[in-house]
Amino acid sequence: MAAIVSNHKRKLAQASRRGTEESPFIKWTLILIALGFCAVFLLLPLINVFVQAFAKGWDYYFGALMNPDSFAAIRLTLLVAVISVPLNVLFGLAAAWAIAKFEFRGKSLLITLIDLPFSVSPVVAGLMFVVLFGLQGFFGKWLDAHDLKIIFAVPGIVLATVFITFPFVARELIPVMQATGSEQEQAAITLGANGWQTFWHVTLPSVKWGLIYGIILCNARAMGEFGAVFVVSGRITGLTDTMPLRVDKLYNEYDAAGAFAVASLLALLALFTLGIKTFLEWKQARDYALAQSTDGAPPGSEEPTADVQTTS
Amino acid sequence: MSIELKNVSKQFGGVAAVNKVTFSVKEGELMALLGPSGGGKTTVLRMIAGLEVPTEGDIFIRGQRVNDISVRQRNIGFVFQNYALFKSMNVFKNVAFGLKIKKWKREAIESRVKELLELFGLDGLDHRYPHQLSGGQRQRVAIARALAPKPSVLLLDEPFGAVDTKIRQELREWLVTLHHDLNVTTIFVTHDQEEALEVANRIVIFSRGNLEQVGSPREVYEQPSNEFVARFIGVMNILEPEVRGGVARVGELEFPAHGQADGQKLRIGFRPYAVQISSDLTQYRYHAVLRRTFFLGVLLRVELELPSGMTIRARMSKEEYAHQGLEDGKEDSFQISQYRVLAKESSVLPPESELSELPRPSIAENI
Repeated sequence: MAAIVSNHKRKLAQASRRGTEESPFIKWTLILIALGFCAVFLLLPLINVFVQAFAKGWDYYFGALMNPDSFAAIRLTLLVAVISVPLNVLFGLAAAWAIAKFEFRGKSLLITLIDLPFSVSPVVAGLMFVVLFGLQGFFGKWLDAHDLKIIFAVPGIVLATVFITFPFVARELIPVMQATGSEQEQAAITLGANGWQTFWHVTLPSVKWGLIYGIILCNARAMGEFGAVFVVSGRITGLTDTMPLRVDKLYNEYDAAGAFAVASLLALLALFTLGIKTFLEWKQARDYALAQSTDGAPPGSEEPTADVQTTS
Repeated sequence: MSIELKNVSKQFGGVAAVNKVTFSVKEGELMALLGPSGGGKTTVLRMIAGLEVPTEGDIFIRGQRVNDISVRQRNIGFVFQNYALFKSMNVFKNVAFGLKIKKWKREAIESRVKELLELFGLDGLDHRYPHQLSGGQRQRVAIARALAPKPSVLLLDEPFGAVDTKIRQELREWLVTLHHDLNVTTIFVTHDQEEALEVANRIVIFSRGNLEQVGSPREVYEQPSNEFVARFIGVMNILEPEVRGGVARVGELEFPAHGQADGQKLRIGFRPYAVQISSDLTQYRYHAVLRRTFFLGVLLRVELELPSGMTIRARMSKEEYAHQGLEDGKEDSFQISQYRVLAKESSVLPPESELSELPRPSIAENI
């Protein structure tokens, strides 16, 4: 009897699997394709960077990083990121807020403009700034007369980076803010909160994930930007070289190990930001799980209803 | 008087959403703002809260004119239709938010939140996040959050709209009990006349931005001030007889109309329960064929077709139906024991098709 029942169950299981799932062959083929792709195009090059960087040993690796010119490039890259990421956050919040919560003329124009840096080649973006601020450019004479240097100097690099990165935070935030609507803010106001309190306690936490993703993408691009920075920097070793430019220069000078040492640092920064993101996600999941398990809610009739997560 | 509106109007881009509305709410009352969607009731609620600014007219809360007082200072509790709980905060922090903003002491906040969560049957859920709650729990958290800073008035926008029918009934009863216990002036918006009749002490009925009637559930049901109210609250048979020689006639039906000029058209309304039917053809004056019977639970609704083709709706208990031996297709006699001559409504009546989209009454008619 039991055998018949279990047999029946197996048949049912098979039937339901056929009804709703793909065959194991398709399932595993898809998984293999995805994993294989990641391994070949993401993991292998990343490992290679570190292998190459350490090809001549630890001493050479640290030597290459402590080289004054490389060190200057690292400092400049961090400086550019420190300036452009906060600017981007500010702009992104303002633009996303305006687009998601207000109706105004020129809204669609603003949305299109935000995407402009994505659609323009970085080299063209760099050239744009050269044409504006270069010695032969529109403001060139005036800048020269006042002894201000933008092109072939740090301000130019910052400008180009800000231009290239400015869609990132806004692009991430707009859909999140549109999905959230403004009811939570209104609720905060009816409870007596002022504008700043509402923003800090309600708006910011509700767009947290969008903001974090935006910052990670923006930061990666700010540190890694090559084309636009290449054009405006003038590539003065020790002065206007950023890390990507430095990597390129070292590689062209046949110092592969040195180039990969600097490159590995860029890769590490990327891994570090991803690590922070993963940690925050894990922490939130743990908070939710704790909230679910520590309370003494009667199970059964009133089960939580599914909620669409807008932030994932 | 807790809340007073005087000639309040609101226009959105030249379109009048609310038109010269005047009414008042007494301290401790449980008031319903009722009307079809687009009637302006939510706009009125939001103006009381201060979330919308009236184009014209004055709003008073406890005698103070609040037109120029911001939402933050009005000391109102507002519950949004979809609750608008703070998703990134747990239940405790949601309820504590208003108290923190008002700079209450930590111990005071904790005891107040604990007290409310207990009162609302939410104890133990302090650490849960909104997405981990059921619909009913979310609504109770939203009400607890609104009540925490001890507002002078509680405003609820379609409080039962977002939960399913089964829980809705529980929540209605719960709201009545809560209001009874706390005795805080409460105004809620609903498009469901049944809900308004069951829950509220008094009802304000809106249609297309105009106030149609203010009254107790019994008043608006038994003495609708115009045809809109009559049609909106419960089911009503409405006829348009013409006066001739002191009698208003439509088809076979006659109504006394002393002193009315000949040729004048009257509007007469009567509830389905005011129609008595008998299988004995000699018992009542009018005759009609019972066309169809609808089963509504305890009650049955029947459609009578008069020889002239006119149909009227009647209602009776199952026992009465069986006792009389009624049957579809049989001829019966009937009378109309109660009716009202309806005043012309202040606004244009929505076309029939629009009315048919409204939630059809059921329980309310059992009264």
